[in-house]
Amino acid sequence: MADLDELYRSVILDHYRNPRRRGKLSEPHVHAEGTNPSCGDEFYLDLIVDNGVVTDAAMQGQGCSISQASGSMMMEAIVGKSVSDVEDLAHKFRLMMTIEEGDNPVDEDRPGSVLGDLEALQGVRKFPVRIKCADLAWTTLADALERSTDPAA
Amino acid sequence: MTDLRALRADFPILSREVNGKPLVYLDSAATTQKPTSVLDAMRSYYENSNANVHRGAHTLAAEATELYEAARGKVARFVGASPSQLVFGRGTTTAINHIAYGWGLNHLSAGDKIIVTIMEHHANIVPWQLVARHTGAELVYLELDDEFGIDTATLSSILDSSVKIIAFSGMSNVTGALGPIEVLADAARSVGAITVLDGAQLVPHMPVDVESLNVDFMAFSSHKMLGPTGIGALWGRKDRLEEMEPTEGGGEMINTVDRHESTWAPVPHKFEAGTPPIAEAVGFGAAVDYLSDIGMDVIAEHERTLTAYALERLSEIPDLTIYGPEDVTKRGGAVSFELGDIHPHDIATILDQDGIAIRAGHHCARPLMKYLEIPATARASFYLYNVEEEVDALVAALHKARTIFGLA
Repeated sequence: MADLDELYRSVILDHYRNPRRRGKLSEPHVHAEGTNPSCGDEFYLDLIVDNGVVTDAAMQGQGCSISQASGSMMMEAIVGKSVSDVEDLAHKFRLMMTIEEGDNPVDEDRPGSVLGDLEALQGVRKFPVRIKCADLAWTTLADALERSTDPAA
Repeated sequence: MTDLRALRADFPILSREVNGKPLVYLDSAATTQKPTSVLDAMRSYYENSNANVHRGAHTLAAEATELYEAARGKVARFVGASPSQLVFGRGTTTAINHIAYGWGLNHLSAGDKIIVTIMEHHANIVPWQLVARHTGAELVYLELDDEFGIDTATLSSILDSSVKIIAFSGMSNVTGALGPIEVLADAARSVGAITVLDGAQLVPHMPVDVESLNVDFMAFSSHKMLGPTGIGALWGRKDRLEEMEPTEGGGEMINTVDRHESTWAPVPHKFEAGTPPIAEAVGFGAAVDYLSDIGMDVIAEHERTLTAYALERLSEIPDLTIYGPEDVTKRGGAVSFELGDIHPHDIATILDQDGIAIRAGHHCARPLMKYLEIPATARASFYLYNVEEEVDALVAALHKARTIFGLA
């Protein structure tokens, strides 16, 4: 039960039930879609990138609590950040999801404050089948940034 | 009711633990567990009689051929068919593709209709889409009535001489609903159309006699009925099989081969190109023996009682919605459900922690999910080796899920 408690922490359930920045942007610079075909999770992302900064973002989608919470947490974390900071964040998140228990997942200088709510998703590591769910929003984001025509992205 | 729980000892995997708990396997609609007699039969074949079939002149070849054809006979008799009309293939999906390309391509023209139902598995939808594209035929869907059965009321308005095929499931892998075989078979006869019965969920769970079903083709899979993966059966009426073209050419299915032309072996070998899955056929035959020894009537009754118990216990759980018939005489043991706003994926993870295996997702039935306006369901499915305590474990775990997600 301890593992399940770690997986379904209240902050995750909160993001699942009250997803941040849910909706569409009227004029997004880029729109990206991601799915997990094996389980039906869907994630849709609208982004506005201006001069290398993510100035606005919105998400839509349906799926399991992990995929949607990860997406919502990502929304909170990226708006107002530079693209390079966002990419750094994505890297730290991926690192957190792949490293074994007991290892220090990120830098010594206060990784928790960088990842914020995202740190709550650490519990997913014990459920390898669900890592793809947590990753969905991030792979969609990577796709969006790649296709963004902002010169600084 | 005959208590089948003693049978559990025949299934080695049922004694394993998952996450420190006894395995509670409720995913037989996806694949079934195997009794030792099936495993022994396959091992024994490889240890004692392994050789290639049909063309060998030595003892082992004769033994292998005898075992392979004996398996065909067993599977055929199991469904009330003659062995000469029972084609071995890779499974239900392969069989339906075989019919679509082997019969459909030669008998469909532009404007012809293929009737399917909204509860079909992708295996009984996509092959028809493929041949419809080739031929200019179109798919027409029968939808559901308010008991999750097939609504046949609309049949009279779509049934005419342009209908060439009615393809439908004998039992839904999502809702458990039984297909209206008699009604659809009669409807097809009335306009000279053929019927293709997807028996993947039906044949493992209920007694089936193809002669009395009045259908033209039926497909089913070994791994859904205690046998190994990699083999299934296509049964067809004699005249239909004669009308079918082979879709795979090669050795074994020929009679004569010249540079530019070949003639075919008689049915059923006409549709079995290449070296067949011999050990798998032996395993399939052993599975059929196992089921026959118990009796399909007994198995069906066990499942009906267990499913009724499950439906009753599940109805105690607040926020739980079942997608399927409530009447156990109208359904099999696949029970799909939703629980509050907890995604089926999350339900499956929580249950897995308690050793309970269920399936979550669209169950290869996306048109059905869209029709029911739900993205996915959780599904528990029962078979002869499941017992009441496992239903109780499922219910307890679902209550736990409600607690974790703050619904309780």
